[in-house]
Amino acid sequence: MDRAPSGTAPRETALVDDRRQRKPGTVGLYLRLIGVSVRGQMQYRGTFLVMSLGQLLTHSLEPFAIWALFDRFGSLAVWSLPQVALLYGTVSVAFAFTDALARGFDLFGDQFIKTGNFDRVLLRPRPLVPQVAGHEFTLFRVGRLLPGLVVLVWALWSLDIDWNAARVLLLALSLAGTFLFFYGLIILQATLAFWTTETLHIFNLLTYGGVETAQYPLAIYARDFRRFFTFVVPLGCVTYFPLVGVMGVADPLGSTAWMQFAAPFAGFAFFGASLLAWRTGVRHYTSTGS
Amino acid sequence: MLRPYFAVLGARYREVLQYRSAALANSVVQLFWGGIRLMVLAAFFASASTEPPMAFAAVVAYIWLGQAFFGLLPYSLDPDIQRKFLEGNVAWELLRPVNLYAFWYARTFAHRVADTTIRMLPLLFVALWVLPWVGLEAWALKPPPSLASGIAFAVSLFGMAALATAVTMLFQTTLFWLVSGRGLQACMYGLISLFSGLAVPLPLLPAWLQPALYWQPFRGLGDTPFRIYSGDIAASAAPTEIALQFGWTAMFVGIGYAVLSRGRGRLVIQGG
Repeated sequence: MDRAPSGTAPRETALVDDRRQRKPGTVGLYLRLIGVSVRGQMQYRGTFLVMSLGQLLTHSLEPFAIWALFDRFGSLAVWSLPQVALLYGTVSVAFAFTDALARGFDLFGDQFIKTGNFDRVLLRPRPLVPQVAGHEFTLFRVGRLLPGLVVLVWALWSLDIDWNAARVLLLALSLAGTFLFFYGLIILQATLAFWTTETLHIFNLLTYGGVETAQYPLAIYARDFRRFFTFVVPLGCVTYFPLVGVMGVADPLGSTAWMQFAAPFAGFAFFGASLLAWRTGVRHYTSTGS
Repeated sequence: MLRPYFAVLGARYREVLQYRSAALANSVVQLFWGGIRLMVLAAFFASASTEPPMAFAAVVAYIWLGQAFFGLLPYSLDPDIQRKFLEGNVAWELLRPVNLYAFWYARTFAHRVADTTIRMLPLLFVALWVLPWVGLEAWALKPPPSLASGIAFAVSLFGMAALATAVTMLFQTTLFWLVSGRGLQACMYGLISLFSGLAVPLPLLPAWLQPALYWQPFRGLGDTPFRIYSGDIAASAAPTEIALQFGWTAMFVGIGYAVLSRGRGRLVIQGG
């Protein structure tokens, strides 16, 4: 990547550099902002370590709770512990990334709209999404990622899956779809703040509630609840359906192989739709003043 | 003599009553979580190969009460007191002609109890009356089996609030050394969820863990009152359990008081 020289370089160089690359790539801008965020957090190494440890502790206890329930009851309908672990691991890993990378949108209502800081963002001749997304890259979410990763690897190891290209692709689609789905949810939450001014914490229902829901097979839930998390909010499409395909078991809900492949794309579509909604919100924006 | 302590409670009630819609939103979130938990546990119960150590009706009560009284748990520090440490205004607090520990205790207690009373009402309304009305009888919260259980529950619920405040106070007094306290809160959450029974009802955890779970203080933060309510702990056994709960509370108050006195002695105000 063609990076601008660091702060010590004379100002002209930066200007020339800017003119040569007429549009500083969205990705380039985003990466630079993330770099700034990381350096900022590394100034408080102690805080980073303690926060990571706290997350690690909290999220290591979750798999313990699931294990304890299996230990007590033996099974969960037709599902075994490794199968539930696959669901848990996938959603944890994907959400850890969302949680780390979408912090700017998560704080959007309180820190950009309410304070009027969004005006400053709008004044900069740079695209909006990478500026908001690059507001913070929350490093200590590594404490959530690690237990998720351990559980995921354990699940894949103990499930004894008959691997083929299709299954690898399904797992990848599920991880990517889940990441994008949750990212889309958080963008929608930020978008609503254009109208409500404050962050709507009721959205935690869908984000944190969604993470909790997706840790168990969709098939065990009540019918209307399942329909809600498939057709209204496509959480089941990015986690349950493709992962049943990875496990290679018959789905009690009766999904077919092509459905399991198509389903995770609902996460991609959801992300796209949330970006469109965001654009509408930006057009609607009126400053609160400062 | 107790007037300043009660004044703090009254002020907090007036404050939280200003944020009724936020409280309602919170109830909706708690209801939703309770629903997810119950569906998962119902599915586990349906596939139990051996008799579980707890009736499903007791689990239903356990979950709904856990959601209703979630706000009492010592998950976070009192934000006002935390700010005082950050901004150095804690110096002011030291000047007040009241006992500092008792004053902060009353303040934190007021914070927790006032928030929770507002939040629990919509949730209990739904769990007690709306659910049976829409035909979800099996998922509804039933009244306690006897008057004795009900009274014991009320006492134990008060004990839960007292213990939660004492635990929060101990964490709060460490601010004399830590200043920020964010990291501490991050660690508290998981531990308290597990050991109070909020994550999984304690009797459902492995049998070999039960003796250890019995002799730990956080059981009084959920498990004890919730099981007394459903009669899973018989009304006759309740006094012992409640005594244990208050014993732990006294211990936390004692340690918190000692730590606070220590902290006061070495306090250096930053800025001001």
